[in-house]
Amino acid sequence: MLIFHLDPVAQALFSLLVIVALILSFVMLGSHWIRNHIAAFAAESWVIAALSAAVGVYGHYPELVFIAALTALFRGTLLPYLLLRIVQDLKQNREFTPLLQPSSSMVLGATLVVLSYALAHRLGVRMRLADSIAVLALTAMFALKLIGFLMLVLRAEAVSSILGLLVIENGIFLGSQILVPGMPLLLEMVILFDLLIIVSTFGMLIHFLHKEVGTTSSRELTRLVG
Amino acid sequence: MIWPVLYAIWAVTFAAVGGSWISRRARLAEALNLVAATVDFVLVCVLLAATPAQGATAWHGYLLLDGFGVWVMFCLAIVYLLASIYAIGYMRWMHGEQARLHRFYALFAAFALTMFLAPAQNNPGLYWIAIDLTTIVSAFLVGFQRAPESIEAAWKYIVIVSAGLGLALLGTVLFYWAGTFVLGPVYDMTWTSFGTITPKAEPVLLLLSFLLVLVGYGTKVGLAPMHTWLPDAHSEGPAPVSAMLSGALLNCAMLGIVRYLVVLRNTSIEATASTALVVLGAFSLLVAALFITRQVIVKRLAAYSSVEHMGVIALGFGFGGPLGVIGALYHMLNHSLTKSLVFFGAGNMMHAFESKDMGRIRRVLRFFPRSGAIWLAGAVAITGAPPFGLFLSELTILRGGMASSNTWAVWWMGALLIVIFIGFLSKFRGMFFGPRPEHAPQLRLRAVHVLPMALALAAILLLGLWWLPPVWQHLAGIAAQLGGV
Repeated sequence: MLIFHLDPVAQALFSLLVIVALILSFVMLGSHWIRNHIAAFAAESWVIAALSAAVGVYGHYPELVFIAALTALFRGTLLPYLLLRIVQDLKQNREFTPLLQPSSSMVLGATLVVLSYALAHRLGVRMRLADSIAVLALTAMFALKLIGFLMLVLRAEAVSSILGLLVIENGIFLGSQILVPGMPLLLEMVILFDLLIIVSTFGMLIHFLHKEVGTTSSRELTRLVG
Repeated sequence: MIWPVLYAIWAVTFAAVGGSWISRRARLAEALNLVAATVDFVLVCVLLAATPAQGATAWHGYLLLDGFGVWVMFCLAIVYLLASIYAIGYMRWMHGEQARLHRFYALFAAFALTMFLAPAQNNPGLYWIAIDLTTIVSAFLVGFQRAPESIEAAWKYIVIVSAGLGLALLGTVLFYWAGTFVLGPVYDMTWTSFGTITPKAEPVLLLLSFLLVLVGYGTKVGLAPMHTWLPDAHSEGPAPVSAMLSGALLNCAMLGIVRYLVVLRNTSIEATASTALVVLGAFSLLVAALFITRQVIVKRLAAYSSVEHMGVIALGFGFGGPLGVIGALYHMLNHSLTKSLVFFGAGNMMHAFESKDMGRIRRVLRFFPRSGAIWLAGAVAITGAPPFGLFLSELTILRGGMASSNTWAVWWMGALLIVIFIGFLSKFRGMFFGPRPEHAPQLRLRAVHVLPMALALAAILLLGLWWLPPVWQHLAGIAAQLGGV
């Protein structure tokens, strides 16, 4: 299995890419400009594409190189482009009613990473994998998941909600490249297309929100209660 | 011969989608949808009779037809048929939307198609994608009326459910990872292969994956505390869509939870996993009871009743054992029929009294003696009173609970069902009696508005008076297959 026999260079490269991806999610937490979020998301997707390609080369999974190209195309280029278009249509380029300052949300994000590491480490010890790259991959998976949820909670803009969900997806994809590189190709491809459909759907709904409700901030969506 | 039937169901439904979209004529779309629903119903009945209980696979193991999947499809086909009849009457009331009505029917059929796809997936990952597709299509149906409330409901629905499904995807990936320690780095992801890895894989990892999947698909099922999208989406969509969401979609998502529960049988964490499902079900009942007693909006009342019934079904599967599983399966069918009836009645009355506020709907029986009586019978049925089907299935689940290790939940369920019975029917008392409304409703209901309600009532009455032995045997066969025996 890939995680058991990796040469040190590959291990270092994978770790570096995973950590860069994690840091990019802090770029998102540390800014209230939506364009920065989209740029960080695009960069994160390219990092994940690089990781897929690296795992494909080192682990002899040629189809992962193909997945890497698709990831760069869909997650790294097409999705950010769609999101940018949504932002331009709305002329809403920053988050006005965040619950916390960037600094506080980054501290909160760091706490979540520590929590994820604790969980991943415990799991790693139980499975006798404590010194392998699996712990790092699990940490990134859980941490991006929690940071995505944190963004959903703290941010009010509709576009930020999409980005939060995409960060969650990115985390799963990132971890699965290392943990289960052999996961059926079909599934990964379908999930990529699925994301595209979801983002288009979100885009249309945001358009309706803007037109019919007159706001794209979730703090003002308070008609339905009880 | 079962596979051509399944492909025919997909093809017919797909034809209705394409035909409705391309033709751009509302009346034609209406007819296409009704024909597709009728044909689907007949074909699913064929599947019900012909599918072997232990299941069969096709397409290199990507497709699976088993007793449980077909049963979920059967509930779906019934709701789709009833809702298609009802939609003909209901959607013509929407005068502002006539130019877009063909799109409604295209989406409606597409929604049914995605739900026909999900139970037949043998690959847990593809099942996840099918459930995701149901979310996307149904979000447009919820927001179809383009009123601010509908769009808000659709937005909340898709954000909350996507976040939940993200957890389910993580759980699926971790489950697959747990298997790589047993079967090697690359293996086919199927429910069967998941079943073969569970005895040998690391229990902690399996439990973590199961809990993620449970919370993820539980969001889609509407189990509290992840149910928050459900009352909004169910109450703001058009009434036929509410019926489809409640009677068909929730079952499709419950199927995923149960399939994961089944692959965990005979492992050391089986009891913990079942108890987790029981706890969520019990909490759903509590939340439903609290919100039903305080409700003022008629379709939200029915929506919280869906939270309640999904809780009951979760309890049934969580209790396990032949009685628990048979009761839960029977409950799925009864709930699909009864909840459709309640939503159709609510749609009629909301339109007649031009309000969704229960305080404005008064003296229903005086103005609508026939459809009002059917609606009232449906309300009595949905609270689990005899002589209707839900009474029998709830009683069976309670009996199953007594034999399980979670007997506390039986008392909990019994007490909350009584609270819900009182709370739900006191709302109906207000709508059927009380002061006379200021303006008598002028609406005249036509046969299409009442016929699906009458059909559903006849069915639940029959199912409640007489649990047909072949039905019992069929459900017992499924339960045996699911490991309930």
